[in-house]
Amino acid sequence: MTDTTLTSKKDWASDQEVRWCPGCGDYGILLAVQQLMPELGVPPENTVFVSGIGCSSRFPYYMNTYGFHGIHGRAPALATGIAIARPDLDVWVITGDGDGLSIGGNHLIHALRRNVNLTILLFNNRIYGLTKGQYSPTSEVGKVTKSTPFGSIDPPFNPLAVALGAEATFVARTHDLDRKHMMEVFRAAHDHRGAAFVEIFQNCNVFNDGQFADITKKQHRDERLIDLVHGEPIRFGANRERGVVMGSDGQLRLVDVDTVGEDAILVHDAKRDDPSLAFALARLSTDDHSPTPFGIFRQVVRQEYASAIGAQLAQASERKGPGDLAALLRSNGTWTVAGTN
Amino acid sequence: MTDIAPTGHREETTTEVAVNGGHGEATTLHRVVVRFAGDSGDGMQLTGDRFTSVSAAYGNDLSTLPEFPAEIRAPAGTVHGVSSFQVHISDHPITTPGDEPNVLVAMNPAALRADIDRLEPGGTLIVNEDNFDERSLEKAGYTSPSGGTINPLEDGSLDGYRVIRVPMTSLTKEVAAPLGVKPRDAERSKNFFALGLVSWMYTRPTEPTLDWIATRFAANELVAAANRAAFLAGYNFGETTEAVGHRFEVRPATLPAGEYTSVTGNTALAWGIVAAGQLAKLPVTLGSYPITPASDILHELSKHKHFGVRTVQAEDEIAAAGMALGAAFAGHLGVTTTSGPGVMLKGETISLAVSVELPMIIVDIQRGGPSTGLPTKTEAADLNIALFGRSGEAPLPVVAARSPVHCFEAAIEAARIAVKYRTPVILLSDGYLANGSEPWQLPDIDDLPDIAVPFARDPNHVDADGNPEFWPYLRDPQTLARPWAIPGTPGLMHRVGGLEKEDGSGNISYTPDNHQRMVDLRAAKVAAIAADIPPVEIAGDVDAGVCVLGWGSTWAAIDAAVERRRRAGDKVAHVHLMHLNPLPPNLGDVLRSFRSILVPELNLGQLARVVRAEFLVDARPISKVQGLPFTSRELEAAIEGAQAS
Repeated sequence: MTDTTLTSKKDWASDQEVRWCPGCGDYGILLAVQQLMPELGVPPENTVFVSGIGCSSRFPYYMNTYGFHGIHGRAPALATGIAIARPDLDVWVITGDGDGLSIGGNHLIHALRRNVNLTILLFNNRIYGLTKGQYSPTSEVGKVTKSTPFGSIDPPFNPLAVALGAEATFVARTHDLDRKHMMEVFRAAHDHRGAAFVEIFQNCNVFNDGQFADITKKQHRDERLIDLVHGEPIRFGANRERGVVMGSDGQLRLVDVDTVGEDAILVHDAKRDDPSLAFALARLSTDDHSPTPFGIFRQVVRQEYASAIGAQLAQASERKGPGDLAALLRSNGTWTVAGTN
Repeated sequence: MTDIAPTGHREETTTEVAVNGGHGEATTLHRVVVRFAGDSGDGMQLTGDRFTSVSAAYGNDLSTLPEFPAEIRAPAGTVHGVSSFQVHISDHPITTPGDEPNVLVAMNPAALRADIDRLEPGGTLIVNEDNFDERSLEKAGYTSPSGGTINPLEDGSLDGYRVIRVPMTSLTKEVAAPLGVKPRDAERSKNFFALGLVSWMYTRPTEPTLDWIATRFAANELVAAANRAAFLAGYNFGETTEAVGHRFEVRPATLPAGEYTSVTGNTALAWGIVAAGQLAKLPVTLGSYPITPASDILHELSKHKHFGVRTVQAEDEIAAAGMALGAAFAGHLGVTTTSGPGVMLKGETISLAVSVELPMIIVDIQRGGPSTGLPTKTEAADLNIALFGRSGEAPLPVVAARSPVHCFEAAIEAARIAVKYRTPVILLSDGYLANGSEPWQLPDIDDLPDIAVPFARDPNHVDADGNPEFWPYLRDPQTLARPWAIPGTPGLMHRVGGLEKEDGSGNISYTPDNHQRMVDLRAAKVAAIAADIPPVEIAGDVDAGVCVLGWGSTWAAIDAAVERRRRAGDKVAHVHLMHLNPLPPNLGDVLRSFRSILVPELNLGQLARVVRAEFLVDARPISKVQGLPFTSRELEAAIEGAQAS
């Protein structure tokens, strides 16, 4: 029996050789998760990692937990089955921009809508890596890839906006270069009761190197990384000299704090039931070269799906008693044949 | 071979003559087939269902064939909006809903046009003559090339039948009016008038129907009163007018003593899944997406939460299968229910289940295809996809139900194989079984098999340093099943997935020899199940020249046809398959012992091709793809042909 208080990072790493490309952003995410797990107080045997297909979806093989490497896009469906069967388990979904937003978009939005108790980590590298470099549903318009030699003409999805549109109760963003931030966001996502959606800006150094560098590299973070903290004014910059305001037209704008005054700066409220602020923040930046918010966009309470199922089961048992097969077979009414005549 | 009752009712299975029953004026018949036909909104399914229930409770053996259009409300009064319910009741064991109705109740011209060709020559036709107006005749297509309409009640085209014209709508309105029911609402009760009339004709007791009306419409007294009045008016119309004439009686069947209920195939299948969960000592999780004709299983299972049955109406067929497989990984009996188009969508998940070797039940209630095809009509053309419809070498067991009642047993058998061998199992039923009903002698719960299997609890291997470890693909030498270790079990953490894995350790492996071994092992595991299923039995004559080989819902028609030929003096054998993969171990030897093998299928010869390939026998397909089951007469003719050849 594993003593939960005594697990360390190595207890959570499987004996399998990690086979991502050297320099892949996935390594940093794996490290952050493995380092976080001992702190969550859940034993490895009660933890399940479920994935679809893609580079990120190899993740479960590297965790010394129960794991299910599924099929392309279907991880949320498999994970929903696990979570409703076994609410006692800690279920994580590892997916990517292609897996989660293209082939598996339907399952992702419905898992969020149902608020199944899943911690969903979407590795967004804006490219198809495993199939060697085609554009993805989060690639920017104009992106030249093997399948778009003249540039992509598909407008991209904004993963956070999709999640919010799907009524997600927990929506956050982090990136692969800041382990501490990842761990904080993952911990909050894990602790959230219901479906928690985390977009991770992840570098694919082979097919899309440096996509997020203008934001996530240390030298750019002050200028372009907006750290969202619930209850605090949304400010950024080396001296927190810039901020976000909401205009009377409802539009968010970036401003110099000195120009508008501290009181005019928008205060972040992740717990507002109305998702419009989170939505506006999710769409504050439309490219990977402008100030972009990170952290928890939305964190609200709504009934979790497996608990709702459990409540109906309990209610039915209370009303009808335990299932009685003999009674079930007689529920249409019966008649008796006395004997052959 | 036939006996002619006063209305021309023809017996199919006996040479006895109808006898006066000594019950007043009623003449005793051994069997009768009644078909209720009307517009989709006329309540024909309910009418047929009531007649069936009363007959079941009365003790008749019976079999039903509901037929309805795919449209919820097809244009009123048109032929494609016709909804019918055929019920066969008898005083002896029967298996089919009857080839030709002896009585057709046609509520409008469209119903007459759609179904008149099915009525036996000389049969009784009851029409609601109120609906034979110009407009209705035109809608039904009773038009003359020279313009205007033709009334089939007037033009002599029905002379070969015994036509009873009844103004059902106006009589119903008349009895409902004093109750304060508006004429338009009253009209809706006319199906109860028809039910009352037919109930009188066949001496059905009235109390069960009156009780049912009182309960069903308890919330609306006026509707209850109108239906009651209409039913009694119909009954009394039979009793007091000369128009209907003679009454008949079909006495209770000589069924084995016991307690009976009446179920449809879909209900029996749903109950079979509930039972399978209990017998396997596993909670059931059903992932399903609504699809005709499988949705009723989702509906039924959703009621039984007190059995611990969890149901999710998934976002699509794919997710439904994924949820079932996820639940199986977590230690539940994972089930997904669908029809052919859904099986196609689930194929990838079923392949994954083959690869990760977890139990799962995929229920396919087959319907006419390809594509959307005939959603409400039956067909059995998914055998190929059940056997072969996956990428790579992905064999899995396939089980088929043969009758509505048999769906219960088939569901338990599918679960038994799934959990014992850690494999997805496809369970085939079809639209005919799904909606058809028959009496069921209830099994003793204690006689049902124990199908529980243990979960893995302990490490099963030691590593190079002598430390215990868990190998998820270290197989049971007997069953070749891998251990089922569910999350929450300390020390057995492991990963599964669709990538090829190393035999034993389960680690990802792409080596050539290992892949060959794993493909061979997965095939061997499924093939070896043949030793764990019963050998086929030969019904009929073991020394026959002709053997009819069937699977699924063709059982009823084959059984009736074979019995009839045998009574006529032919020697005929019937072999019916419940297990389509693996095939029963003795099937090859059995088939080779006959001169001629006929394979009736509601497809173009899918099983015939399998047995030809498997056993090098000259199996000849008999195909029907009309959205309808075989009639026993069709099969009888085929057998006669084979005897002669």
